[in-house]
Formats: sequence, C-alpha cells, structure tokens
Amino acid sequence: MNDLSPKARMSLPRQSMPAQPADERSHNFSEVNLGLSVLQAHQEALRCLECTHPRCTQGCPVGVKVKDFVALIAAGDLLAAAAKLREDNVLPAITGRVCPQEHQCEGACILGKRLAPLGIGYLERFVSDYEREHGVHTQAAKVPTTGKRVAIVGSGPAGLSAAGDLAQRGHAVTVFEALHEPGGVLIYGIPEFRLPKEIVRAEIENLRRLGVAFETNVVIGKTVTIDELLGTEGYQAVFIATGAGLPKFLGVAGEHLAGVYSANEFLTRINLMRADQFPDYDEPVFDCRRRTVAVVGGGNTAMDAVRTALRLGAARALLIYRRSEVEMPARREEIQHAREEGVEFLTETVPKAFVGNEQGLLRSIQCIRTEPGPPDRSGRRRVQPIADSEFEVPAEIAVMALGTGANPLIQASTPELATDARGYIAADPETLTTSRPHVFAGGDIVTGGATVISAMGAGRRAAAAIHAHLLMPDSKSDG
Amino acid sequence: MFLIERCEWLAPDIKRFQIRAPRVAQKFQPGQFVIVRVHDHGERIPLTIADADPVAGTITLIVQGVGKTTKLMNRLADGQPIRDVVGPLGNPSQLHRYGTVVVIGGGVGTAIAYPTALGLLRAGTRVVAIIGARTASLLIMEDEMRAASQLLIVTTDDGSRPGPRLVTDALYEVMKSEPKIDLVLAVGPIGMMRAVADMTRPHGILTRVSLNAIMVDGTGMCGGCRVVMGHQTRFACVDGPEFDAHQVDYDLLAQRNRAYREMEQESLRRFEQHPDWDMQWVAEQCRLAERHPEILVNPNTPPNSEAH
Repeated sequence: MNDLSPKARMSLPRQSMPAQPADERSHNFSEVNLGLSVLQAHQEALRCLECTHPRCTQGCPVGVKVKDFVALIAAGDLLAAAAKLREDNVLPAITGRVCPQEHQCEGACILGKRLAPLGIGYLERFVSDYEREHGVHTQAAKVPTTGKRVAIVGSGPAGLSAAGDLAQRGHAVTVFEALHEPGGVLIYGIPEFRLPKEIVRAEIENLRRLGVAFETNVVIGKTVTIDELLGTEGYQAVFIATGAGLPKFLGVAGEHLAGVYSANEFLTRINLMRADQFPDYDEPVFDCRRRTVAVVGGGNTAMDAVRTALRLGAARALLIYRRSEVEMPARREEIQHAREEGVEFLTETVPKAFVGNEQGLLRSIQCIRTEPGPPDRSGRRRVQPIADSEFEVPAEIAVMALGTGANPLIQASTPELATDARGYIAADPETLTTSRPHVFAGGDIVTGGATVISAMGAGRRAAAAIHAHLLMPDSKSDG
Repeated sequence: MFLIERCEWLAPDIKRFQIRAPRVAQKFQPGQFVIVRVHDHGERIPLTIADADPVAGTITLIVQGVGKTTKLMNRLADGQPIRDVVGPLGNPSQLHRYGTVVVIGGGVGTAIAYPTALGLLRAGTRVVAIIGARTASLLIMEDEMRAASQLLIVTTDDGSRPGPRLVTDALYEVMKSEPKIDLVLAVGPIGMMRAVADMTRPHGILTRVSLNAIMVDGTGMCGGCRVVMGHQTRFACVDGPEFDAHQVDYDLLAQRNRAYREMEQESLRRFEQHPDWDMQWVAEQCRLAERHPEILVNPNTPPNSEAH
C-alpha cells in the first residue's frame, strides 16, 4: 500500500540502476546493468502518482497497465505484479531491458514534466527477473483448445508475442525459425551484456510451457512456402514476422574489403555463433585486439556493435555518425554507457571510401565532415558534406550499422502477396491483414527497422486479429 | 537433429553422406545448397546438395575434407546425427532445354555440377561433361557424370589418366569441335572458374559459375557472402549461388575467401591435435538422440504428412 501524499511521492528521488563499473565491464560480456534491489524497487514504486488517466499506458505500444503492476510492487506482492505485467506483455524481462522507455512510457510519465520520470523500465525488469529467479512461472488459466492451427514465421519479438497471445487463446501455434536457435534479433542481434541470452531462453521456455511449438532450421519461402503452410501443412492462418533482414551498405569504394562487416554479420558471429570464444567455438571473427574498430551508424545496433568491439579487446572503438550526437536514434542509456566505456564519437562525419592493403584487408577509412543542410520532405534536416574537410582514420575493422531493408525471400515465393515500393509487405496497420487471405504480417517486415517493443505491439495486434479471424464462421476450415 | 543414414568414402578425403532431411529433400532443385552446423560449438558452412530422394526423405552431400569442419564431418559415421541442416537455399540452376551445354566440374565441384548436368540432360539438352582432378585417385562421380552426359572428358593435372590435363584444355578441344555451345557451366576452384570464363568470353558463350563465398545465415541477413558482378553487389546466398561468369570479380571473391585463413589454420591444427574434443560434442548429441529419438525424426517432418 502506498500511503504517501503526492508531495511526499514527488520528494523521493528516482532510483539509479546499479551497474558494473565502466572500466570493468568494457572487458567482459556480462550484463552491464545489475538490476534494482528489492528495497530500491519498492522505493521507486512509491514514486508513482497513480494518475486517474495514466499516460504511461497510452505511451506503451502494448498498453502495459503500469499503474496496476507498480502498485502491486508498492504493496509488496512482487509475483502478483509480475502476473499483472504479463497480462499485456509476454516478454517483460526483455522489454524492461531494451525498450526506449524515454520515448514511450517514461516519456509520457507526468513526473517527468518537472522531475525524473518513474523508472518503469527498471521496475518491469525487476519484477520479471524476480519471478524468473524464484522459479515461478505465471501461467494463464487454461482455455479450451480451439482446434485451430497458426503458423508464425520468425521467432523474434513480433513472432514471440503473437505466439504467446494466440496460445493463451487456445490455438495450436508453431513458430518457424530460419536459424538454429529461436529468438531472432534477441539472440543474434542484441549482445549478452545488454540482454543475457539466458533470459531470452527462459522466455521461450515459458512459451513452450504454454504449448507453443518451435521448429528451427526452416526458412519459410525456401524449405516450406506460405502456400504450403496453408495447404499441405494444415494451418488456418499465417503470421509473417520475419523482421527486416537485409543489411544496408553505403555503396562507397572499398566496402567489400575483408574486415568490413554489416552489423548483422558482426553481431551474429559473436552473439549467435560465439566467435568471441574462438577457437572453443568454430566460427571466427576478425581479431579486434590491438586494432581499431570503426562502427558506422548512430542507432542501438551501432552502439551494440561498438561496445562489442571494446569487449573483444579493440585498442580503439570509434563510432562514426553523419549527424550530431543529440540526433542519434539510440537509447540515451546506450549512448551514455558507450561513452563511459571509452567509445570515441566521431559525429557529423561520413565515410567516403574504405582503403585496403594489397591483400585486400581494410587499413583505413577516408571520411568527410558534414553539416546540417535544408530539411527534407519529412522535416528532418539533410546532411551535406563540407568541402575540403576530408581526413583519414586508420582502422582494420569496420562495421556498417546503417539499418536494414526488406528481405525478399517470402515475397518472392508467395504469389499475390502485395508489397510497397521498398519491398516491405503491405499490411493493414490495425488488423495486419495482407493482400492474401489468412495471411497476416507485422513487425519490421512491414514497417522497416524499428524497436523490439513496436514489433511486440504488432505481434499483439496480429494475435487479436488472427483470433477474431479464426473464430469467424467462414474462416478456413480444418481441411 | 539430422541423421546420417549412410556415408562412404569416394576418394581420399572425399566422403558422400546421405542425410535424413525430409523437408529439404522435398524441395531440392539442382544448384541449391544447405547450411550445416555439425555440433553445438560448430560453425555454419554452406554445402551444395549433390542429390536428393524426396521419397526416402534424404539428401546427398559430398564433402571434401579441407578445413576443420569438413574434416570433422568426414569423421562422422552412419547413424550419427548432425546438429543442424537448413535449406534448400539459393536459386536453382535453370534447366531449360538448350542445344549443347558443357558442364565442367573441378575437384569436388563435380558433385555440385552433377545434379545440374542430369537435370539438363533430362530436359533434352545435349550435355558434354568435363571433370577434372589433381590426380586419378581424386576423381569422383565419374560413372554418374557419364550417365548424365552424352560425352564425358576426364582430366588429371598430373596426367595420371590419359587425355588432357586441365579442364580448360578439354574445353578448348570441345570449343573447336562443337559447332555451337549454348551454355558453359563451370563449378570448381576460383582459378579454374576464372580460366573458363576467360576462354569463353571472347567467343560470347554464355557461361555460368557457382560461387562458394563464405556465409553465415544463408538467407541474405548478414551480407557476408557479398560478391561483385560488374558494378553491382550481390549476395551469393540469395542472389546466387550461380552467376554470369563473365561479370564476377574473382580477385575480390578470392580475397574475401582468404579473410579467415589464419584462424582456419589454427582451428584445423587444434582439431588435428585433439580430435577428441570435438568428438565429445558429437558423442553428446548422439546420446541425446538416443534418449530422445523424436528430435531426430520430427523436426523436419511435416506434422500431418501421413494424412496426405
């Protein structure tokens, strides 16, 4: 129970997240943030003003009932708080770590108008960790099975959240994954120090307990087509949640030298294939020790890559971004962490060419300074190079974290599946229906590269739409 | 996991595997490949599918022990499981009915060229096959290739078989004697494919090569297998693996394929000194497969396949 007056609540300081010291953590892959203590979590929960019309819930892409779960923490019922959280969010231990809360729930929090907003992300992480560490699996009440089968393509955040919601509604769900381990970007993309894989695996185990089946090593569009899923494989609906898996490059000279990676490749080699533990694991990655690693980009993926390079022993870890630091799309916390750990920021700079030696190995990057130009159609200022401002940065490894485009495998193998001009699947923003009956799509393969939580929001909307579709009398029969 | 139903040596260091992978077998078309991960600590490597039996639910892979993973794979035996097999990936070869096609296989490239040669033959194309190896004992699939062609020419670098020494020597003869060649398909070492391309380019003969770039996921996600065609970047996994031989930047491909040479050698050295370390991982997954046989059969079997 929270008996404090609003004034007393507002006088409490926001709890700070305990973290590994920067000089220590920049040499290991253990999680940077250590999580709030029980005492801290309770103190933080007491700060909630329990608004009548909570803006935090509106700010959340999956509509988490923040006020309710925080009140349960204040009341000391941590497991009930976790269960409340799970009503709206099937992956709370993950989103508590990777959501850009400053633009969502915390950005909307009324406290933030004058004070620091409520630490909603910290609390979300705290209760779901508490639940997992105490071996409790909040299980939704069993509902009767519907006899309907749903295939989900891709096991990233959109696919997992849709799978959870559909299984809870009694449908038989199979999630297909192209790689050898489920989790999508949560496994191959986000590094261990920001999202321990043990947590992703535990959330996937929770889904298995709900009855969700996972089939790895299946590339939909190649191993099995969408038409076969709806035909011989006997599914009544398909949700395409493959993510935007096609890396972008700058298109400048020397970009194909050995040592120039896409962020997807660099991070996959380390996170999924554990190249950091070569030769105990077979997959290699360029040795970063005593070398300079330059990462190009300013988003979360760029931060993940550059901080990974530090942990691999890079002598110098550089971040090259074409705009200013305040314009970086990464979470504030990641930018701050990167700085603390010793990442050097080279902002308002773009690579013009990559220069190699006679063996085709990267040796330096030719860069040019930029300045803001006139705004483009979206209102964002263009970037224009400054004449005669070229300079060269020595680097042996470069990682291109420039965002991703639409991977065409499914579109190419699915007749009459409409796409937009950039190749993303066309889907209704609310119902996520596509041009093909019984086929839904959501997440990055519809919107282009976005966040874990917005993909989860799409997964939830897809689950609701698919559920409604399956219960319609004229929906696809069981064959 | 994916069971090795049968395997046998074709030549020193070259082994043929029949692996149970029903979904891959169903979908396979000549020219496509799988990505294989032998055990839990393994790397992902692409291997071209040499053949498939959709009824038996098996695919055939032919593996030449060159690096650590291929040498490890060649130590595996009948009844042992492979951790991961995913595919079929890449675009199939185009099996039109051409007039005359020359199919060239160098070394283990013969195994890759074979299903395409057979497919072309069945489509009504006149197939002239050229297969080459360093020495006669390393020649593979000679009988199969003979059956998949109207004319087979065998070459050995060291002359241990009578006849031409290099596949390009044989191609030269064929180009002299054949009035019209509609397509040349060459699969083998980069140097060989480049030499073939250089020979056919002045004559304007359509020539295709299958590129063995380094890959991780095989689905276009990582871009590690990027190759340059003229001025355009392509991903070998989703845009290939076959490309117009006259457009390929072979120097770049060779450089990128050498990128991990030192680490590959370190890995191989370690494996040859302590093969038991890896065989322990294999033994562990054998035990797992014995305890839970369902993980061997089910994962790639369509759930209601009996109903159809």
